[in-house]
Amino acid sequence: MPEYTFRVNGEQVTVDVPGDVRLLWVLRDVLGVTGPKYGCGINVCKACTSHVNGKAVSPCSVPVSELRPGDEVTTIEGLAGDDGLHPMQQAWIDHDVSQCGYCQPGQIMAAVDLVRRVAAEGRAITDDDLDGIRNICRCGTYPRIRQAIRAGAERM
Amino acid sequence: MTAQSTGVGRRRFLGYVLAAPTLVAAAQLLPAPAAAGEAADITELVDLNDLMTVAALPTSGLIRVEVGGDGTVSFALPRAEVGQGITTSTAMLIAEELAVPLDRVRVTLADARPELIFNQLTGGSNTTIATYTPIRVAAAVARQRLLAAASAELGVPAGGLTMKDGAVVGPAGQSIGIGALAAEAASATTHQVQVELTQRRSFAVIGRPHGRVDARDAVTGRKTFTMDLDVPGAKPAMVCRPPTINGKAGSVANLAEVAAMPGVTDVAVISTGVAVRADTFGQCIDAVRALRVTWRPGTVAGRSDDDVLRDLRAAEIPLGIRPPTPVVEGLFTFYFRGNSALETNCAIADVRDGRAEIWSSLKSPIVAQQAIAARLGLPQDRVTVHVTEGGGSFGRKLFFDAALEAAELSQKIGKAVKLMWHRADDVRQGRVHPMATSRVRLSHLGDTVLGYQQRHTGVSTDLGHGLGEIITALAARLPVGDMTFAQTFFHFSQSMPYTLGVSSRLLSETGKGFNTGSMRNVYSPDVTCARELILDQLAARTRKDPYRLRRGLLHDARARAVLDRVAEAGSWGRAMPAGTAQGIALHTEYKSASAALVEIDCRPATVGRPIRDGVTGPRVTKVVFAVDAGLTVNPRGLEAQMTGGIMDGIALALTSSLHLRDGAFLEASWDDYFYTRQWNTPPDVRVIIMPDTSDQPGGAGELAVAASMAAVACAYGRATGTMPTTFPINHGTLSFTPKPTVPPVPPSPVDGLTR
Repeated sequence: MPEYTFRVNGEQVTVDVPGDVRLLWVLRDVLGVTGPKYGCGINVCKACTSHVNGKAVSPCSVPVSELRPGDEVTTIEGLAGDDGLHPMQQAWIDHDVSQCGYCQPGQIMAAVDLVRRVAAEGRAITDDDLDGIRNICRCGTYPRIRQAIRAGAERM
Repeated sequence: MTAQSTGVGRRRFLGYVLAAPTLVAAAQLLPAPAAAGEAADITELVDLNDLMTVAALPTSGLIRVEVGGDGTVSFALPRAEVGQGITTSTAMLIAEELAVPLDRVRVTLADARPELIFNQLTGGSNTTIATYTPIRVAAAVARQRLLAAASAELGVPAGGLTMKDGAVVGPAGQSIGIGALAAEAASATTHQVQVELTQRRSFAVIGRPHGRVDARDAVTGRKTFTMDLDVPGAKPAMVCRPPTINGKAGSVANLAEVAAMPGVTDVAVISTGVAVRADTFGQCIDAVRALRVTWRPGTVAGRSDDDVLRDLRAAEIPLGIRPPTPVVEGLFTFYFRGNSALETNCAIADVRDGRAEIWSSLKSPIVAQQAIAARLGLPQDRVTVHVTEGGGSFGRKLFFDAALEAAELSQKIGKAVKLMWHRADDVRQGRVHPMATSRVRLSHLGDTVLGYQQRHTGVSTDLGHGLGEIITALAARLPVGDMTFAQTFFHFSQSMPYTLGVSSRLLSETGKGFNTGSMRNVYSPDVTCARELILDQLAARTRKDPYRLRRGLLHDARARAVLDRVAEAGSWGRAMPAGTAQGIALHTEYKSASAALVEIDCRPATVGRPIRDGVTGPRVTKVVFAVDAGLTVNPRGLEAQMTGGIMDGIALALTSSLHLRDGAFLEASWDDYFYTRQWNTPPDVRVIIMPDTSDQPGGAGELAVAASMAAVACAYGRATGTMPTTFPINHGTLSFTPKPTVPPVPPSPVDGLTR
């Protein structure tokens, strides 16, 4: 089988799997990185949202063969530095956002991506930006997510 | 468990010290006091929660609080945590009685404990009601033993000692940590003791807001769900499912070919389809899609929404002769809805050598254990069932469909499996809230209501997960005649807060073949929505203000208080632009009272907002929600449950339903089944927690759905000038392109890096 080499949360990994296996399953079933969750497998629910080279993607829709040796995959486990929590994670705790928690790793990764994109445009987060987040939360934590993103953005 | 009065107003409770090398204190689960009332409404004499707690009495085993040598306190909660916050509230109860910091209380979920009989069922918003006192009693027994041990150690009478920050503190400031006392406080024999509980006025933890105990694990990816467990040998497994509901696999044309696909280890026909096991779930999906199976028709073959609706009409119990006085009438239709959680159905099973070990998030683990044992042909005590943290439930995890399948497959192939449903499976073959109609007639003379009749007719709700057994066991003792499970459940869950003259509410159920279940708040959202819409009609007819009208009909002070609170805080009656309006509604259940005031925007610019692959529609712009849960353990958790219930209510009223067409549901993803999304979320949500009105907590996990759905429907009716009668309001418009049913799951996209 072919081997694919890339970086996950700061460490270089090499996996021996068919190239069409999606990144989500390489992370979860091969590497044991279980922060990204399965919710749909078709890039709709966004529960698996992670970053590739700093940009939010759904690993359920990325064949592992698409990754190059220099590519950096960041999952929720790698969002913070060694010093503890990313400001967005801290905002999530401060606002007690999680209920069951299943979608929240993806929500946080999407939130960080949104804040970075908005900051790159040199503006503040708007209600329209928040309305545009597609991540599903079946527990209905949406209002606290909105509060936490605004709070986290201020500290990023 | 008995409680005795000491004659000075302090109740003493019986608990146990168990023989163990470290301190283990225990108590039995006991019933909450029955709500007494003068009203003739049976639900106010005894409600569903009383049934569930009374049922537990003669049979329940002990629940145990253990103090470890490291100063931590451990408790295995015989309930399922699925997001509702009971591990946090339970830790708070223990922290209160033992004066230990919350982060030193370890609450885990107990394995199936058959000796608990009825008392390991998570449902009916009953957890806190049923466990509030027993958990505190067990902790109080531990406190008493720790104080006695410290007294001997320090040579100070126990009465001169206090507990603080996980230590016993003496009058001169001496301090011994509870960990250092745990062995000394242990007992060589099991014996009964009497304890008093911390009094409400002294509470330092209960009633104060606290974040979830698992918040840090949740945001760092460390929180572990079933699919995250690393059980040796348990490789991924999925099932290729039929194109119609409950269809059966006939022949498989290419079994050997699929078995030879990359990563695939096994292919086997099981009772629900054709199962595959592989190195990764990605390869399972590919294998499921490659299978060529001949399917036999399912249990509702050829049936569509309209067929079911006709059956419901035919099964409706007649309203009787129309009275000579004026009436307000309505017929409301509620289409099928899904209670799929974000975590799809899943379970790990290892069935080998005459034993079975199961891991799954289960709200009825004892019933699951029994059913799995029966399916496998094993004695019940050879089946171990571990309850894992659940990624949401909404009633779904009362059932154990995936655990049964995983066990069957593991036994068949002799290997451990980690079995997961695809999202499409979860929507198409999972449990649904039954389609229902509600016919209401209210008779009045001027603004005096003379009578209220409601005939609720639904596709049968499957209560065969333990709740049904509880009701059966108790129904014979109650003055309800020979009602079925469902009728009894209906009766006991539908309280009537209004004085509406001669009142009757009857349930009729019809039709089998659907996979139904007790979706969050069960019958109440639909029943309440219909009632509140009719009250708005009465208000319009009699030219009364909808809030004032309701207020005048309420006989319960707690109900009046929550209604008044939202009216005031939400500025009821304020002037609003055409196409927008307020709505107000009330719901009482689980010994709690709730009211919602919402504002909705139905103007074209809002309804027509462009969102790719989504439904926008009317937007609820503001919600003010008031809740009186009797005694609130964790206000922060209660607020979270209300917020979630509000989101559910918005979805039920406006956007979320399943469309039945030719024996199958058309929906297969979250972009087909329109649960509330960020673009439907009200920008302004305010939850008001009323001051405590009781010494006992009420239920809250499901409470907010009914009033929210009803208030949204009422607001929509007032904004558009037309009372809505079918729910959700957009059901008539199919807002997506249905995915193929063969193969049963869609392919995973490959454009994730560029999209």
